[in-house]
Amino acid sequence: MDLAYGPEYQAYRQQVRDFLESSKEHWPLRSGLGKPNAELRRWQSMLIERGYTARTIPKEYGGYGGEPDILKSRITAEEFTRAGAPGGLAGQGVSMLVPTLLDMGTDEQKQQWIPKTLSGEVLWCQGYSEPGAGSDLASLQTRATEDGDDFIINGQKIWTSTAHEADMIFCLVRTEPDAPKHQGISYLLFPMDTPGIEVRPLNTMTGLAEFNEVFFTDVRVPKSSIVGERGQGWLVANATLKHERGMLGDPNTAGTRLSLIIKLMQEETVDGSSLMENPVLRDRLLRLQSQVLAMQFNGLRLLSSSIKGESAGIARLIVKLQGCELNHQLAALAIDCYGELGILYHGSPRLRARGNWQRQYMFDLGLIIGGGTAQIQKNIISERGLGMPREPKPASPAVKSMAGS
Amino acid sequence: MEFGLTEEQTMLQQSIDRFLQTNCPLDRVRELTEDGAVHDTETWQGLTDLGVTGLIAPEQYGGLGMSLLDAMLVQEMLGRHVTPVAFTATSVLAALAISRAGTEEQKASWLPGIADGSLQIAVALSEQSGARDNAGLVFEDGTLSGHVLFALGAPEAQVILVNGPDHSLFAVQADAPGVERQALRSIDDTQVIAEFSFSETPATQLQADQALLDQLVDAGRVMLAADTLGAAQHMIEKAVDYAKDRKQFNRVIGSFQAVKHMCAEMAAELEPCRSLVWYSAHAFDDIPDESRLLACHAKAHLAEVGRFVARTATEVHGGMGFTDLMGLHYWFKRIGFNRQILGSPERAREDAARIQGWI
Repeated sequence: MDLAYGPEYQAYRQQVRDFLESSKEHWPLRSGLGKPNAELRRWQSMLIERGYTARTIPKEYGGYGGEPDILKSRITAEEFTRAGAPGGLAGQGVSMLVPTLLDMGTDEQKQQWIPKTLSGEVLWCQGYSEPGAGSDLASLQTRATEDGDDFIINGQKIWTSTAHEADMIFCLVRTEPDAPKHQGISYLLFPMDTPGIEVRPLNTMTGLAEFNEVFFTDVRVPKSSIVGERGQGWLVANATLKHERGMLGDPNTAGTRLSLIIKLMQEETVDGSSLMENPVLRDRLLRLQSQVLAMQFNGLRLLSSSIKGESAGIARLIVKLQGCELNHQLAALAIDCYGELGILYHGSPRLRARGNWQRQYMFDLGLIIGGGTAQIQKNIISERGLGMPREPKPASPAVKSMAGS
Repeated sequence: MEFGLTEEQTMLQQSIDRFLQTNCPLDRVRELTEDGAVHDTETWQGLTDLGVTGLIAPEQYGGLGMSLLDAMLVQEMLGRHVTPVAFTATSVLAALAISRAGTEEQKASWLPGIADGSLQIAVALSEQSGARDNAGLVFEDGTLSGHVLFALGAPEAQVILVNGPDHSLFAVQADAPGVERQALRSIDDTQVIAEFSFSETPATQLQADQALLDQLVDAGRVMLAADTLGAAQHMIEKAVDYAKDRKQFNRVIGSFQAVKHMCAEMAAELEPCRSLVWYSAHAFDDIPDESRLLACHAKAHLAEVGRFVARTATEVHGGMGFTDLMGLHYWFKRIGFNRQILGSPERAREDAARIQGWI
């Protein structure tokens, strides 16, 4: 056990702090996952220049070109959180497509897409899930048929966040209908303004449209837009999903929420007494604090394993399941602390915290389901972590007959 | 930066694991505890030979002067094998109390015996986490009177350390006048507890204060959490093995998602506990500002997760889990015992609230 970072890293931490202190005038007001404005893109370029984002992406593709250094990445994240400074761009293009292209893309694809994605010039959306292909993603039916040098795409995608403003989509389509389902999929990149694409917002229980449905009718895409080989899209996509599950369930989110609830319980009163004086609410808070601490230390353990290049086994497999559930429980406690005030929403008079807790309580349920449902996570933990057998499969119907039905 | 065990620590844990597996398997535990809880002197001797009894005692008194983190790793293995030895009482709590609050003379007379395994000390601290049945002591004219409950430590303990009035700590010779020991029989026959009454019993005072008593409670809580960690980990492994072997409806039951998900939930709950227990022991050793809070959380959280694992793992075994034949109940009961001793989870969380100035 040695939780000290050492002098080199202390110096790095100070450097990040100094930068954040001296750059406040450049902090963008708006952040988030949508189309970045000029201010956000300028901030992104300042961060890349210093290696505070896109740290290990080669210079020739518009990154900082540094060696992988997990501790520096962590220190950067810690200092940005501490200062309340907006981070770099974090949409699905930056977090998921760029690592995938680095792994699997051709030189030309890397040159063409990574620099523009990192700079925020091009915004991406992800076309994976379909109405009939959720947990069983590999049964997807959006078809791409050959026509000379092109594919013609027909089908539908769902849960496509940012599709309404995205420039490009990375999309899974079935190119080999006769192959077994995992081997008939290809991974394509194409512009969202290609004729035949229709985007409809998908309203959710939160009252917002965080997602979209995307419909493809005879969408013509050159064959050269494929990443990896034909029929290898499942492998390419799995590389990307790994990146997504790392993003969800981050214990720092839980830590931030816990601090907000502690403040809330100290400041809000009921019948003139502070909520912290209520032993039942306090006990719930402390139970959640135990869990937040356990997940934070689990995060330290994962960090240590990564530095040593070791697998952390089950400690890593559980993060999405436990982290998302914990965030949900925290939002639930906040709502219960507010009691009757906790039901207010839609900009109501007397609304607390801009309705964030209700929105998060609802949206977190989406995160528990999305990115691999809790039940899929439990399958992964028991099969890969505990070595338990897979569900025996009934004789698999040919994908062709499924697609044709 | 390194959040993990050193190679030496991993080896220490493995060697204890192997020793207990060979020398104190469940059959032996069964046989020894048939008529109630005992302290297994033969296994204790083996642990002494491995240097474990002197882990915490300082080097100048024949011990190894190692950290609570090291001791915690030993206790995890003792929990894993439901070993009936009173390690925490003598080797950890008494060793810490005497080396931190003893006079030179007290250290010289007790620490070498702790280190070489020849001395057993019982520790009565339970009034620090709530006095039941009017337990408590008075100290007058150099003698103690009253009674204390739930003392941890071997029946043969030659010395008793007791928490007295006004944050005091006393050492009493077990054969001193007016001492009466009454065994308390708990659900768990692998851990010894007793009640002591004193009547004008001569006692030696240590230089304790509230801070020292807090440290002892913290150390005890971390050790109990570690014991539950080891016991719960074992129960998960047993459940997974059973589910991979047991067939119903022509399939191993481990291929049913209903059963797999129970196992996944146990693992998902317990795995972060390992990091929590590691950190709490490390905080006791090196981060005093965080030590008390973390000990409360480790104790409370392991109690909750331990209970969940104990019942779920039993359930995975179906009817067999409920039988004496399978013996799973030894772990179930050990976890149940650890949950209440030195503060139930509610009590530990209430302490955590106080430590953070919330009440």
